[in-house]
Amino acid sequence: MPKKRGADIVVDVLIEEKVDTVFGLPGGAIMEVYDALFNAPFKNILTRHELAACHMADGYARATGKVGVVMATSGPGATNLVTGLATAHMDSVPLVAITGQVPTHYIGTDAFQEADVTGITRPVTKHNFLVTDIKDLALILREAFYIARTGRPGPVLVDIPKDITQQVYDYKMPTLKDVEEALPGYKPHYEGNIAQIKKAAKLIRQAKRPILYVGGGAVAAEAQEELVKLAEMAKIPVTTTLMGKGAFPEDHPLALHMLGMHGTYYANMAVYNSDLLIAVGSRFDDRVTGKIDEFAPEAKIIHIDIDPASISKTIHVDVPIVGDVKKVLQKLIKELERKPVEWDEARESWIKLIEKWKIEHPLTYDRKSKIIKPEYVVEEIYNITKGEAIITAGVGQHQMWAAMFYKYKFPRQFINSGGLGTMGFGFPAAVGAKIARPDKEVIAIEGDGSFLMNIQDIATAVQYRVPVKVAILNNEFLGMVRQWQELFYDSRYSSVCLSTQPDFVKLAESFGAVGLRATKPSEVKKVLKEAMSINDRPVIMDFAVDREENVLPMVPAGKSYREMILHPGEKGEAETMYLVG
Amino acid sequence: MREEIKSLKIRQMPETTVRRHVIAVRVQHNVGVLSRITGLFAGRGYNIESLTVGQTHEPNIARITIVVNGDERVVEQIIKQLRKLIETLKVRDITDVPHIERELALIKIHTADSSVRDEVMRLVNIFRAKVIDVSPDTYTVEITGDQDKINAFIDLVRPFGLKDVSRTGVLAVVRESQKDKVEI
Repeated sequence: MPKKRGADIVVDVLIEEKVDTVFGLPGGAIMEVYDALFNAPFKNILTRHELAACHMADGYARATGKVGVVMATSGPGATNLVTGLATAHMDSVPLVAITGQVPTHYIGTDAFQEADVTGITRPVTKHNFLVTDIKDLALILREAFYIARTGRPGPVLVDIPKDITQQVYDYKMPTLKDVEEALPGYKPHYEGNIAQIKKAAKLIRQAKRPILYVGGGAVAAEAQEELVKLAEMAKIPVTTTLMGKGAFPEDHPLALHMLGMHGTYYANMAVYNSDLLIAVGSRFDDRVTGKIDEFAPEAKIIHIDIDPASISKTIHVDVPIVGDVKKVLQKLIKELERKPVEWDEARESWIKLIEKWKIEHPLTYDRKSKIIKPEYVVEEIYNITKGEAIITAGVGQHQMWAAMFYKYKFPRQFINSGGLGTMGFGFPAAVGAKIARPDKEVIAIEGDGSFLMNIQDIATAVQYRVPVKVAILNNEFLGMVRQWQELFYDSRYSSVCLSTQPDFVKLAESFGAVGLRATKPSEVKKVLKEAMSINDRPVIMDFAVDREENVLPMVPAGKSYREMILHPGEKGEAETMYLVG
Repeated sequence: MREEIKSLKIRQMPETTVRRHVIAVRVQHNVGVLSRITGLFAGRGYNIESLTVGQTHEPNIARITIVVNGDERVVEQIIKQLRKLIETLKVRDITDVPHIERELALIKIHTADSSVRDEVMRLVNIFRAKVIDVSPDTYTVEITGDQDKINAFIDLVRPFGLKDVSRTGVLAVVRESQKDKVEI
């Protein structure tokens, strides 16, 4: 190997890792790397804000399962990544962030644009590195990719001082074996204990009212085929979390859609009354469980997860199985094929009861409204895209409507910030997803508040001609906070009114994008149709929706499913829920 | 209907009690590894009673002994999080395993009053400690033992006046003689 500059070693490793796109924004400490990127054989997307770059890399990673790559300079460039890294960390998204650092001999002197980036990002990354010697550079970068994509995936940051990117070194590309040897303490557990799997199979055979509760881990493990097989062979209804959307096709007769705070009536009733809960790559988040000691009170729990730390974290489980969801499900299926579930009357009536709940309490809204209902917009987006588009969302009411009223069929179809709940995520994530999947229609369903938080990066989408669509469900409110104020703070609308806002149509046009607007229900389809016909630029659609529409049903934070709030006029057994068994 | 609500089942949570835990950890001795470990405790608002760290006989491998007070669930979660760190090689709660604990303390005692010196020397002998530095008005004593022994010694010499106390924190190893197959 000839001698190479540190910056060129960085590019070599990115090529070795088959990176095809890098998102970022240069600055002083990372200039040498950007110089090397000038001739690099992969796409280099210049964003208008480092946070947007991080969300784009995140959207790219979520849409493909590949590792997303983001670059930023030292100090403010790196600190701007923090929210993006925390977002990826909470949702287990594989990212590698490469940040410039001030030269080695300036570290610790409060130099210009210096920040302790490994210190700041330690709790929001899966791991991070500060390179102190050019001899370690290639190995550390390869370790970063390895750690990011294996086990429970997550973001890894590599901080490289400027002098190291400028030094020259006669290096050899480290092999996978070198990487594994450098990480003796890192051994993700994939296989799943067979004795535990047998115990799980036994519980499944004994159960009368089983439910599958599926989370993002099933998406990450690409386990849709296994999940469908397991659900069908043992006839177990499936509910998914926000992160688990698409892991199980939502048009399947056994699909119960989302559970939890804004879960469907039938999913929550089914979970509440179940006698066996099979958690697959989900982590018993408080937004799912509500009041923990009344969560599925009669159910035994099987928990399949790749992360041992997720097990028995918030709730005690009866049969923990640590392993890759796909591999564990395959073994579980084999076990159930060896000795199948015997079909009996109790299980038959369980399915029938759930069918009844589904018919009596579908997701609903006022379809006769003369004002545009946000749910209607999402339904029309579903119709016009035939359920095939990749949808991203920011955080708030619009995110919940996007989750509830679009039926997701395939994994990686719904991209949103579930764990951290990062406003401003939806649009840049859509740009990243569209760059990763140009074959797919990608639509960001955004709120007016959320969209404004990364509005600057319309310029990036225009510059690279990324034809993403943005549908703003514009209620001129921080809608979810307003909803909570209405329900729990006596309608005292403190700091939630966003009626001072830009004209989104003119704003889009000023960036060189297309702006469209609908103010009446009759205009919605027309606007969507026009947007879908444009494929060389971003399109921003502004839907003036009912300002005070609420996301329902709702289980208030920390409450039991029994206390679910339904639509006005809708009568449920929720308030007087009792166990059917 | 109300009766039905009353008869609702509540999910039973396992009971936990707060007690002292000794956690032994082996790590790759890289820059920043200690801050990753302490960060896990700090981020949960959890105080470490003592933490010791030092090289082992293997290159670049350090041994850390952590003593914390906490309930089983929190400690179990912290142990899982410790195992999750990329640089940890092994983590084990040795609280209930036969093990040896040792701590070393350096204690400066006011001995300006000459009548005190004999009494201090007597205690030093009883506790098999050592006087390692003498000045006109102080004795500096080195003592090793488990935490209880050192606490007892400090309580006994406290009335004479303590100028400074420096303790290493607890070191712990599993007893080879009663080892139950697993090693740390």
